[in-house]
Amino acid sequence: MDVFVFAVAAAVILIGAMGVVFSRNPVHAALMLVMTLFGIAVLFVQQQAHFLAAVQVVVYAGAIVVLFLFVIMLLGVDVAENVTVEPLVGQRTAAWVITAGSVGLLTALAIRAAQVSLGMPSGTRPLDGEGGNLVQLARVLFSDYLFAFEATSVLLVIAVVGAVVLANRSPGSTADAGEQEHSPTGAGR
Amino acid sequence: MIAGMFAQLGVPTDAPFAVPEVAWSALTPLLILIVGALALLVVTALVPRTLPVGFFTVTTVAVAAGAAVASLGSWDRVTDPDRGPYMAVAGAITLDGFSVLVTALLAITVVLVALLADGYLRREGLGAAEFSVLVLLSASGGVMMALANDLIVMFLGLEVLSIALYVLAGFQGDRRESQESAMKYFLLGAFASAFLLYGIALVYGATGSTNLGEIAGFLARDVPSEQGLLLGGMAMLIVGFGFKIGVVPFQSWVPDVYQGAPTPVTAFMASGVKVAGFAALLRVIVSALSVQAQDWRPVMWVLAMLTLVVGPAMAIVQTDVKRMLAYSSISHAGFILIGVQAASDRGTAGALFYLFAYSFMALGAFGVVSLVARQGDVGVDLDRFRGLSKRRPGLALVFAVFLLGQTGVPLTSGFMAKFSVIGAAVASESYALAMVAMLTSVVGAFAYLRVIVAMYLGDDEEMAEEGTRRVQIPAAAGLALGLALAVTVTLGVLPSTVLDAARDAVPARLSPSR
Repeated sequence: MDVFVFAVAAAVILIGAMGVVFSRNPVHAALMLVMTLFGIAVLFVQQQAHFLAAVQVVVYAGAIVVLFLFVIMLLGVDVAENVTVEPLVGQRTAAWVITAGSVGLLTALAIRAAQVSLGMPSGTRPLDGEGGNLVQLARVLFSDYLFAFEATSVLLVIAVVGAVVLANRSPGSTADAGEQEHSPTGAGR
Repeated sequence: MIAGMFAQLGVPTDAPFAVPEVAWSALTPLLILIVGALALLVVTALVPRTLPVGFFTVTTVAVAAGAAVASLGSWDRVTDPDRGPYMAVAGAITLDGFSVLVTALLAITVVLVALLADGYLRREGLGAAEFSVLVLLSASGGVMMALANDLIVMFLGLEVLSIALYVLAGFQGDRRESQESAMKYFLLGAFASAFLLYGIALVYGATGSTNLGEIAGFLARDVPSEQGLLLGGMAMLIVGFGFKIGVVPFQSWVPDVYQGAPTPVTAFMASGVKVAGFAALLRVIVSALSVQAQDWRPVMWVLAMLTLVVGPAMAIVQTDVKRMLAYSSISHAGFILIGVQAASDRGTAGALFYLFAYSFMALGAFGVVSLVARQGDVGVDLDRFRGLSKRRPGLALVFAVFLLGQTGVPLTSGFMAKFSVIGAAVASESYALAMVAMLTSVVGAFAYLRVIVAMYLGDDEEMAEEGTRRVQIPAAAGLALGLALAVTVTLGVLPSTVLDAARDAVPARLSPSR
């Protein structure tokens, strides 16, 4: 059963990843990415990491890919990118070299992991312990990491203020900044 | 499987859940900064008319000064040998002499930045509300880094500090340099954050904890089963922090970002951000990973050496004074790294003292540059400073003191600062580094003296044809320069108070007992 689920999920992930790279249409590529992320979520469920699986779907497949799609739609779906030109010289060669290196490294790691069993206890706690990983996660979030959890709220405030500051520009002020007379950008607001 | 996932939500657990106690007294300075910023936001949103710039300056100064006083108020408590440093909120933060001193220093830099920004915001017609809020929140991120006893809190603090600064760097949206500065800072900063986060993950993998006290305790007791994991994590952490504090070879963003950002923001970058970055470096690398000192000391040695050589060498060829000061801030990071590299309590104290001294000199120097510049932050090249002593003798004298201080002339704080880090390096037998530091400070002196010579010996003819506009010195900026000058001179003549405080402010290694 485990092998079967893994095989199906892996196939979904690989097909999705290939689709992202090879599809000509950016919207198709984004949708293929969703497929890959779903496959990874299935693998997380198989590893008893239910919460991670849910987050994977909600955050990555939901929020981030939707953001991608927004950007693609804003830039125009029809705009076909000319893929024959290399923006950076030697980019393509470097991509092949790095790909070959990564594949080699991963293969070596996989072989080593299969051969050598270190047999050492993990420094972290098991995921499917008392109350499941969701309860465990909630416990550390509101005990050990309570301060960090609250500190993220400051980050959100800054994100809002920063977005307002950067977006609240008088129209046309970015063009010809050198010559243009200074115009106040909503001073005091 | 999905059903099982939701079924878990209802699983009753008998194990009692202990909500960690929140020691509000330990959080007071941080809360003052955050609540102050939020209150400013609410007031600005509710008051129907546009509030004057002065209102925001006074509020920011009051809030930051309150945070500094609140922080120093617990100094006696944490340095008392009977009671000593303590942890709060489930071991996430540490209250020790180090965090108290760094918090106070950060708050004071905010006071000076707010004073410098007052005239600047009026001249450039920028929104004072957003500026004040972002500076206060950015400083609160720095305070989080100073308090952090956990790598996650450290990272969040760094992000709060940095994200506010990305916006502040691009605050002058009408100016292309400001936009470029924000974009560069954002891209490289995000890159550095990724390094840092990966380093945190690797260190967690090697030691089984993100808590600095527990990491130190683990390393003191055991050898990690995967030494490579720990070394890789340490390297990533050093790269991440190295970007933030701008040491060679991670300095490439510094000149452009410092030059493009609005000058009061640049002053904050050179003072507050460096303080927070080095505080993180000292607490994570020097304190928590002190067992691994034989591994990271050579790396720090190389970084310090490169920074000491490249910083001044690039500074002397600049004709733009703001850019020259940016390169000089790189070379000062090299000097502070000497204290870090010493890997001793003396080195940490030296680095802290250096940060204290340099913050005020940097605030002062960038403050003068912001006054001399014309509207739009233009005209800060060397020619504009020619004959400044004839037009504005007081301003020229103050600038000369800041520059001489950065050179390390006796009777200024810069001399005592350089002396304390080089002394620590000699005590730790890093003789070569100490020698190079002394030689490069001579090279760096050329860059500063060139500006002083231009101010005092340069003739004013070029400026005369441009019009007889005198450099305006707003009262708030004058007050900020006066404060910075007072600290620079006082620390040069009577450094003992701050030196003693820095000696007592070595980071404590506390581990939450579970």
